[in-house]
Amino acid sequence: MERQLKLNFKNILLSALVYLELIILVILVLYPVLWLIGSSLSPIRGTPGSVTQDTFGFLPIPRNLTLDNFRRLFDEHDYGLWFRNSLIIAVLNTIGTITVHTFMGFVFARLKFRGRKMGLLTIMILQMFPSFLALTAIYVVFLTFGWLDSIYPLALLYIGGGIPGTMWLMRGYMLNLPKSLDEAAYMDGATKMQVFTKIIFPLSTPIIAFVGFGAFMGPWMDFIMPRLLLRDSANHTIAIGLFNLADHGAGTWDITAFTAGALIIAIPFTAVFFLFQRYFVLGAAAGANKGE
Amino acid sequence: MAVLVAVMSAIIWGSGQMVNRQYIKALFFFAIQMFLIAIELGTGTLALLMGHVPLHFRNAGLFTRGIWGIITLGEIERSSSAVLVYDHSVMLMLGGLIALAILLAFFVIYQWNIRDAYTTAKKMERGEVESSTSYAKRILNDSFEYIAIAPGLAFVVMFSLIPIAFAFLAAFTNYNSHNIPPRHLVEWVGFQTFRDVFNIPVWNTTLVGVFQWTIIWAFAATFAAFTVGFLQAILINSKFVRHPKIWRGILIIPWAVPAILTMLLFRNFFVTSGVINQLLLNAGIISSPISFLGSVGWSRAILIIVNTWLGFPWFMVLVTGVMATLNQEIYEAASIDGANRFQQFKSLTFPTIMAAVAPLLIMSVAGNFNNFGIVFFLTGGGPQNPNYIMAGYTDILITWVYKLTLDHRMYNFASVMSIFIFIIVATVSGWNLLRTRAFKED
Repeated sequence: MERQLKLNFKNILLSALVYLELIILVILVLYPVLWLIGSSLSPIRGTPGSVTQDTFGFLPIPRNLTLDNFRRLFDEHDYGLWFRNSLIIAVLNTIGTITVHTFMGFVFARLKFRGRKMGLLTIMILQMFPSFLALTAIYVVFLTFGWLDSIYPLALLYIGGGIPGTMWLMRGYMLNLPKSLDEAAYMDGATKMQVFTKIIFPLSTPIIAFVGFGAFMGPWMDFIMPRLLLRDSANHTIAIGLFNLADHGAGTWDITAFTAGALIIAIPFTAVFFLFQRYFVLGAAAGANKGE
Repeated sequence: MAVLVAVMSAIIWGSGQMVNRQYIKALFFFAIQMFLIAIELGTGTLALLMGHVPLHFRNAGLFTRGIWGIITLGEIERSSSAVLVYDHSVMLMLGGLIALAILLAFFVIYQWNIRDAYTTAKKMERGEVESSTSYAKRILNDSFEYIAIAPGLAFVVMFSLIPIAFAFLAAFTNYNSHNIPPRHLVEWVGFQTFRDVFNIPVWNTTLVGVFQWTIIWAFAATFAAFTVGFLQAILINSKFVRHPKIWRGILIIPWAVPAILTMLLFRNFFVTSGVINQLLLNAGIISSPISFLGSVGWSRAILIIVNTWLGFPWFMVLVTGVMATLNQEIYEAASIDGANRFQQFKSLTFPTIMAAVAPLLIMSVAGNFNNFGIVFFLTGGGPQNPNYIMAGYTDILITWVYKLTLDHRMYNFASVMSIFIFIIVATVSGWNLLRTRAFKED
């Protein structure tokens, strides 16, 4: 559509109003982000208010810039360890998800067997039960097996907890692959394992990549389970470490260190979002059209 | 004959297969039965039978002890550190659930063993024979499904099924801060906790109050985020705005930055010594800081404002996507028929968009119903409500359950609330799922 406007009073006024609204909204959207960046470069160690007090009026730019907060993250806090722990959990979760969940999706999408409906129904019901309502039980399980305060069992928990959700996604994708592919392969004497490895797995790479990517990104920003199961600061993940720095009631409150740590992790996450923005947007649109 | 063979297999696994002369299969089933017995003996029963330990269920093997434990939840409490032999009710309950899960797996093999003995005997009566080796090959391919999902199933049982079953069962016990094992025993109390929630006024008041706010919150939060997103999509798409992609690219930022980080940041914006108060003071609008998080109205408003900040980009993108699919010819036809721009919007654009996004709005309401993060990170449920038990003015059901569990150890009450939430969520999503294609195909 051609965007040509007649320059009359009404159109100029409307344009001005629309742009005014947009500019206000852009300020509201950008201010917290700019404050985050500004604070991470601020030499202040105090309340968020005092960080703002030390900027140029309403611009969230500190009067003196320093990278000291980033150094403190590693010297005074365990940011390096938190990052390492989160990374290990994310990698393990990705590997586990790609193997275990893909098999589940394949079996429930392409094969007929006794107990299939029963299995699907069970998984569906489990999915409706918000997993962290079982917090106590998970805690007792971990306590009983001596798994508390360790990141590896936590990775197992993520792999297990993710099954009900991702199995559904995988299955949905695999259901839509043409049935004739499997039938032809079985006709030629292929086993089910061969059909899986030679046909379905390669054809499902998009959804496997999507799910694997989600499995990698998910644990970084999860807070509830690490908070429940990890005690020692050296075993914390990024999310819980940053939470403690941002918790104004706790003795660990350190707002400028928090913003520095948040910035380090926000940059790759945001970059990835904009890189794959097209797919997120497509996903949102697909969701809308499915409802029709 | 076939029935006799089945009965034999029912008593000694694989013995029917032995009669059928399928020795490998017979050995396989027999080994499984021996394994089952070995687990039971090895985990305690053997020592018990030999007289090494006192004759009591608590000293028995995994399965006997497990079943005894989940039925009785223990008999001796550790009233003082001098008590050396005691039962830990919660561990017993968990052990019972694990024992039952393992037994169930064995039972599946058991009934397969019987059925196989029977059908093979039948086939032999008809003169068809299949050797164990060819059976093994066939069965390996036939049972591929079960082998392939076994690891996933084990994960689901361990990390979903057992914890959820445990949480469910806890609702029927008196497991709370007054009865923490091993100091005290936990007992089965039937529906007592459910009755308490409805009969004890303070629980009743809290449940009703928190539930009301949860509903109001879920709808208000969705409505606010959708309205802003919708307006933004319309405005940016309008003929007044140049470079709509750039504007959209900037406004999408709240969606792009991980929400937990921005929520923690916003919490620090709104504390009394926070950024908002400092900005207002600098501007001279207020003379003393406002206690945003200490006021009921402010803290509720902040939740909705921050949720709008976080949520509007998604709706903006969504509505933009739907608008791209609108058919331009209809608009041309409408303007030829004399419809003005407002009429076109009211009768064409708005209904089309609403029809497309309605299911997503329902999902969004359901999501906000259980939006733990925003309440927990921003207000922590506060300010405290003196009329509530262990809950504040902005607590929604799920954050209340979290507090009951982690802060106050009222596990039985938390479980009752979990079941309550589950029923609501299951009703909504069950209804939603039943309408989708994916389910109808099965």
